[in-house]
Amino acid sequence: MAGPIAQRMPKQRPAPPARTAIAESAFMRRLLIGIALVFITLVLMLPLILVFSVAFSKGLKVYLDSFREPDALAAIRLTLITALIAVPVNTFFGICAAWAIAKFNFRGKNVLITLIDMPFAVSPVIAGLIFMILFGSRGFLGPWLLEHNIQLVFATPGIVIATLFVTFPFVARELIPLMQAQGNEEELSAIVLGANGWQIFRRVTLPNIKWGLLYGVILCNARAMGEFGAVSVVSGHIRGLTNTMPLHVEILYNEYNFAAAFAVASLLAFLALVTLIVKSVIEWKSGKDMIVNPES
Amino acid sequence: MKKRGKSQRVLPGFGLTLGFTLTYLSLLVLIPLGGLFLMTARLSWAEFVQKAITDPRVLAAYRLSFGASLIAALINAVFGFIVAWVLVRYPFPGKRFVDSLVDLPFALPTAVSGIALTTLYASTGWIGRLLDPLGIRVSYTATGIVVALTLIGLPFVVRSVQPALEDLESEMEEAAASLGATRFQTFRRVIFPAVLPSVLSGFTLSFARAVGEFGSVYFIAGNMPMKTEIAPLLIIIKLEQYDYLAATAIGVVMLIASFLLLLVINGLQNWSRRYQ
Repeated sequence: MAGPIAQRMPKQRPAPPARTAIAESAFMRRLLIGIALVFITLVLMLPLILVFSVAFSKGLKVYLDSFREPDALAAIRLTLITALIAVPVNTFFGICAAWAIAKFNFRGKNVLITLIDMPFAVSPVIAGLIFMILFGSRGFLGPWLLEHNIQLVFATPGIVIATLFVTFPFVARELIPLMQAQGNEEELSAIVLGANGWQIFRRVTLPNIKWGLLYGVILCNARAMGEFGAVSVVSGHIRGLTNTMPLHVEILYNEYNFAAAFAVASLLAFLALVTLIVKSVIEWKSGKDMIVNPES
Repeated sequence: MKKRGKSQRVLPGFGLTLGFTLTYLSLLVLIPLGGLFLMTARLSWAEFVQKAITDPRVLAAYRLSFGASLIAALINAVFGFIVAWVLVRYPFPGKRFVDSLVDLPFALPTAVSGIALTTLYASTGWIGRLLDPLGIRVSYTATGIVVALTLIGLPFVVRSVQPALEDLESEMEEAAASLGATRFQTFRRVIFPAVLPSVLSGFTLSFARAVGEFGSVYFIAGNMPMKTEIAPLLIIIKLEQYDYLAATAIGVVMLIASFLLLLVINGLQNWSRRYQ
């Protein structure tokens, strides 16, 4: 399988002589590469290709029509609104949390880091459930909200809140280890030179963390636009009103409208590909070791 | 320690950033999660056990969720290791492309991977068509659930094993070889023990993620009660029936399982860090 970014390496390059004593036979190497490629193809490549192939199976016109339909437009709008709120808020939080945790010593720091990671450990369905328990008609605040005519679940605010929850750790997770590794020396020098807090952040810290920050933001955005489980619980699936793009995909798919379902899915898949490309570019720009393992 | 703390407080913004962090964390994460436990207080112990544990439909869902996640995590431990090995050690065409593609499950919405896998492995799909004559059904069976969970968990193993393999000193392998070890012996006695903690850590991460996964499984599972109904789906079904208490009870069991897994993961990551 020749990928688009084919390597410069000739196909059957023998192992460098210095390594022969500690390298596998050529047969073993080819076998392992083969197994890895077949596995990746079955689990990742084919599903990705299939999305685009089914999306265009009925021609370009049907593909484009899938987005002109009012319900699809409403779903795209709701997804964009949700991401436009969730991503900046959680980016701001991530920067604050990383500043407090990486630049200062205080008790309970490790507990705080574990608590920040918690939304990753929680099932998306439970993320939706907890907000139903708070705001749903039979939840703790449900009767009060009803009395005051405030609708949170089965409406946009509920979707935004659930999305905020599932995307909560992304930026913080990326920045905390990065800023911890960088230490405080440069910021302290800036203080000595008379910079104020905002100047220190803007001129010293931000340039050092920009790639990690960008990486956290794009992952946060991908999740915000693609979240299914949590949003599905709190959305109520009202067509044209509370359906995000992933929920719209579900509805079209369950109606056996496969071409349209995969057309909308292809937009989300395209977004995922852009995310991966940006990630690769960031890795190349910043040196691989600066990227900290996501979600782990 | 105290002195160091003081000198670091020279930088501004400690109170402001920590205050915002704690407030936001409490409002968005801690209080809502606390609400889940508070809700269970409306249940007597006997009701809780009946709703969350002894109900046969719930038991079947747990067995499926944990069983399928375990199998998927095992598959990922084996094949994820091979993928990481190949990416670290061998040159081959398209290597960088494959390396980037490994992260796809982090970026691809689960609903998209769900419908794609279902179509691919359905009896009329590209792969399902080949398996159907052999009598192997994937979509709408427990096998399909394992396939979906394998996709979801793969990057956790690869990204956990890759750095451990990169950090291995080739001197150790050279020493083993010069002492007469075969390549397989070197792998089994030298390489494998050194990367084992990272494999286990990746395995547990992928298992933990699979247990809670909903989107991709929902499409491929077929969702038949007692057969292909996972625990997260059962929570949604109970909520749709306005049985908040049953949904809460199952949710609490799943949440406690996640916390325990989180502890295991932290322990494993400390262990693997000690090896590096």
